[in-house]
Parts: sequence; C-alpha cells; structure tokens
Amino acid sequence: MLGDGILKGMAETARNFFGSYVSKERLTTVEYPEQRIPTAENARVFPFLVYDGTDWEAGMRCVACQICEKECPPKCIYIDKSTDKKPDYVGKPQFYPARFDIDISVCMSCQICVEVCPFEAIKMDTQFELATDDRFGGLLYDRKELSRSNEYYHAIHPTEAAEVDARLAEEKAKVEAKAKAAAEAAAAKAAAAATQPAAPAKADSSGLAATAPEAASLTDATKPAGGGS
Amino acid sequence: MSVAEDKAERVEGWNRPPVIEPEGEGELLEVAMGPHHPSTHGVFRMDVALDGERVVRLKPVFGYLHRNHEKIAEGASYLASMPYTDRLDYFCSLTNNWAYALAVEKLVGQAVPERAEYIRVILAELTRVQNHASSIGFLIQEMGASGTPLMYAFKEREKILDLFESLTGSRMMCNYMRFGGCRVDVSGPWLDATRKVVAGLPAFVDEFEALLSTNEILMARCQGMGILPPELAVNAGVSGPMLRAAGVNYDIRKVDRYGIYDRFQFRVPLGDHGDIYDRYMVRILEMRESIKILEQALPTIPTGPIMDAKAKIRGFRPKPGEAYGRIEAPKGELGFYLISDGGPNPYRYRVRPPSLINLTILEDMCLGHNVADVVLIFGSVDIVLGEVDR
Ligand code: SF4
Ligand code: SF4
Repeated sequence: MLGDGILKGMAETARNFFGSYVSKERLTTVEYPEQRIPTAENARVFPFLVYDGTDWEAGMRCVACQICEKECPPKCIYIDKSTDKKPDYVGKPQFYPARFDIDISVCMSCQICVEVCPFEAIKMDTQFELATDDRFGGLLYDRKELSRSNEYYHAIHPTEAAEVDARLAEEKAKVEAKAKAAAEAAAAKAAAAATQPAAPAKADSSGLAATAPEAASLTDATKPAGGGS
Repeated sequence: MSVAEDKAERVEGWNRPPVIEPEGEGELLEVAMGPHHPSTHGVFRMDVALDGERVVRLKPVFGYLHRNHEKIAEGASYLASMPYTDRLDYFCSLTNNWAYALAVEKLVGQAVPERAEYIRVILAELTRVQNHASSIGFLIQEMGASGTPLMYAFKEREKILDLFESLTGSRMMCNYMRFGGCRVDVSGPWLDATRKVVAGLPAFVDEFEALLSTNEILMARCQGMGILPPELAVNAGVSGPMLRAAGVNYDIRKVDRYGIYDRFQFRVPLGDHGDIYDRYMVRILEMRESIKILEQALPTIPTGPIMDAKAKIRGFRPKPGEAYGRIEAPKGELGFYLISDGGPNPYRYRVRPPSLINLTILEDMCLGHNVADVVLIFGSVDIVLGEVDR
C-alpha cells in the first residue's frame, strides 16, 4: 500500500519519542552549561607545563631543550633558553626556559610536543572553556600561565600521571644510587690517597667528573624508546 | 565569430559562470549555488545554468577551503604531517591516519605488530559505520527531512566518537596512528565498551532502515535519479560506495588486502542502477558488513606490543625512494604518494582524495534534472570539503 513506508518510519519516531521518557539510553543530550558530561580521562585540549613542589618557577620540569619547539607541526611554541642554570628534580643543574610561550590560537592540540618531550615536562590539559575577547595577548600563554602543579596533573590524568611519577622516581633512585656509589668510590680513593696533602681537592674533582657522564646517560634514558608514550 | 561566441569570450573570465545564449526562445538563468549555500556542506560553488527548472550546465568551482596541505607537508617532518591528515576528511580522521601511515611504512619497509593491525581495523570499521550513518543523515536532510534521520545517525555516531575520545584523546582530530603501530594501547575496559557499542549497532541499522528504506518519498526522489553509468564511473576514477553503487566490484580491502583484511569474512555490496537509492542502499549494507568485521576482530584481538621495536619517531629520514599507500576509506580510495630524497621532510607529498575525484562527475549526473535534485545528487556523493580542497 502506498504510504506504508512512511507509517513504518513514523512508528519508529514515535517509539523513540515515548522511549525517551522511560529509557535513559534514548535521551542522549544534556543541557550544557548546567549539566556536564565528564571529560574522558585522556582528553586533550592545550598543553601545560608541569612543575613539582609548590613554587612554579623553581619546580618547573622543562629544561628548555627546545625539542618540542622544533617538532610542533604549526610551530606555535616559542622558547628562549636561560643563561644560568637551576637544579632539576634530581638536583642536577639544568637550563630553564626564560621564555616559554604557546600561541593557543595556532595550537592544534595534536599532543606531539607531549610525545617528544624527554623530560615529562609538558602535558595536555582538559580545560576547554578558554574563550576570551582579546584575540592576541589573551591567547598567547606565557610560562606562568602555562604552569600547573603535578597535583593538578594527577587530578586530570590519574593513570598517566602515576606512570610518569613511577618512571621519574625510578630514574631518580638510579641517579642517587649511582651518585652514592661514585661518592663512596671517591671517598675510598681519598682515603687511599690521604697521605698526600693535595688529595682532598683531587678527589673532589674526580667525583665531579664521575657525575657528568651519568647526567648524560640520564638524558638518554628518559627518551622514550619508541616515542609513543 | 558569431555574436554569442564573442560575448562568451569577453565575459567568461576566471571564476565567472559561463554565459550561454540558448537557441530558440527565452534566456538561460545562471545561478551560483554556494559557496555559502546550506546544502554544500561547507564552501563549494556550483555555477548552474537553468532552462526553467532544468539544469543544462553545471560547473563546480573548487578551492574555497584550500589550506596548502601538500606544500606544508613538504616542509614539515614526516611525523608533523600526521595531525594535518586528521583535517582532510574530518569525519574519518582515523582512516586518514591509516592511509598516511601505510604510505610511510611502505616507503621505509616498516612492519606493524599484529595487535596494532587489529586496532587499526577496528577503528577503521567504526569510522566507516559512523561516516555512512551520518552521510545518509545528511542526504535525507537535503531532501527536506530536517533533522530527524540526521539526529538518529548522530546519536549512534556520538557513542563511537566517545570511544575514539577515550582512546585517542580527541573526538575527531584523533592523531592516533604512528609509523609502525599506534600511539596508545587499547585497554580491557575500552574493548568491553567497544563490544557493547558494536552489539548495539545492528539494532541501530535496523531502526534506520525501518525509518527510511521503504519510505515512499525517499524512493520517489531517489530512484532513477542522478544515474552514474559504470563506464563513466570507471573512466573518471570514481571509487568507494559511488563506484560500487554503479555495479563495479572494486573494494581496495579486497583488491589490495592491506593490513589484515584477508583474515575477515565480509561481502562487497554492489548496486544495480547507479542511482541515489543504490548509493543509499550500498552504504546501509556496508555498515552491516563493517559490523560483521568488527564482530570478528573484537574477540580475536591478540596481546602484544603496539609499536614495532624498530619504529622511529624522531629523526626519521627514509632512504630515497617513492611509495604510494592507499586504503579503502569510507568515501573511496584514499591514497598518499610520497617521494623521499633522504631528508627529514618528504620531497613530494601528494594526496589522492576520494571526495574531489568523486565530485568531478557531478555535471554528468545532474544534467537534465531539476535544480532541487542537484542538491540531492550532490549530497549522495558524500564529500567533505576539507578533503576536496585540502
Ligand atoms: S599540541 Fe601540537 S600544536 Fe599544540 S603546542 Fe603541542 S605540538 Fe604544538
Ligand atoms: S621538549 Fe620538554 S623539556 Fe624540552 S623544551 Fe619542550 S617542554 Fe621543555
């Protein structure tokens, strides 16, 4: 009969209409500003810089190696390396970014900076309500606006942050063990050479020389093997 | 030179509609449909010459959304082009990723672990389901059924996009595949959620079909409309559901057997008439076949690594050479052609977009039809302007 198909379709619509009153499955929309769907755990919007401890400037993990600046596809990261050094989380002196700007009006949320960063210093935020009426300054974030504490990172990406923390702790333990071994070796050497008057200064410098190659191996070890983190 | 010809030469310049002086009585009406026409899915213009309601000439004008994708890719590292491929056909970013990853893997001879291949198939078939569902939704929208079927499609698409988001971090710009594998591993809960969604898909397709397939208005407007003869389709290089609706049995999943498609049982639905209704039906049936592939792939997914141990992400410099990687994207054959000169960026990077090539035969399908049907025929091609203009 002509009109059969239309009636069949209408029955389907009616089923959905009345169904939406009884079945939550059929009611898929929410009233956005009042009601919110929680974001997925590894949702990504724009990058932020992680710092340890309470002081964002002292605890910043970024060492201004500029890898992310080079790899960012639309080139929206701008970094100026510092001239002096500050200690990083294992206490080794490192450069830090004197300027670290991300132009989030250009950023395409691709997460490549996060993937290539060997120091777990840059991560993706889930905050998406960033509208502003200042399209230039308001969308160019400097390093202060970009920095977020490690606790915040744990709050938004718990699984990933726990993995990162475990990896960093392991590395720190390794470095400390090595430093301890080196110090012991240096002390033994110093004790052996205690008869000579110039020995303490010599032992000191050899201890320093021993930590330098370790520092180099640390940077190697932190690079993810396959790059996929 | 006749007066008419002379006039045509004077007026027809760059980007101007052709001036046609009809034989006999009356004048042709020239209409520029687009670039901001609600039916054009973006910025696309059709310069139509109408004799009354009938289309006598149609000139597609491309390029409003040109973003220099290929040239940017030639100046960027291989990895940096991966997120840009998401922006080609933004409905199916995962299949775009796959096509590009496949081309680079061919270029360097990179193997892909088993588990990653399974993940790729699962994601590609989910992409196909959501693309076909929404493309049908848009087609019906263009017929004037404002909203209802589209919202039904989007309801299902939403579930699939939620899966994409929880895996890749983004709903549409997934940037998920890497040369030699995938970026993050799928977790047990994610696979369970996927199984649940896939279990609900057949019911959705049934519902969609009950809503539409036998609808008399849809049949009256689609059957015998916008016929694409198989010879023309083959000669114009048309691919995907458009080609199969014309009755040509060509599915790259079957022809190339890239990835691990030779392990799954599925059929290739073919049309008989090459009209809009056949395209609609082929898409419905392809959704059913995709669900079949998903049902086979999900229980058999092996454990193991998701990245090949030899895969490199940074400092990637392929040896000089060239490669063409292609896949059966939801819209047709999506290929990437790469030439490497040994440097960190490709020397040549070329995309073979299905949307653009499927659109080239628009005039042939529209001639002689009413202007209201042009919108419908255009909608049945299933294009995304991000891919047409790149
Ligand atoms: S997310 Fe992508 S575009 Fe944004 S800063 Fe990082 S690398 Fe650049
Ligand atoms: S790659 Fe990491 S450590 Fe290096 S500059 Fe970027 S954020 Fe800082």
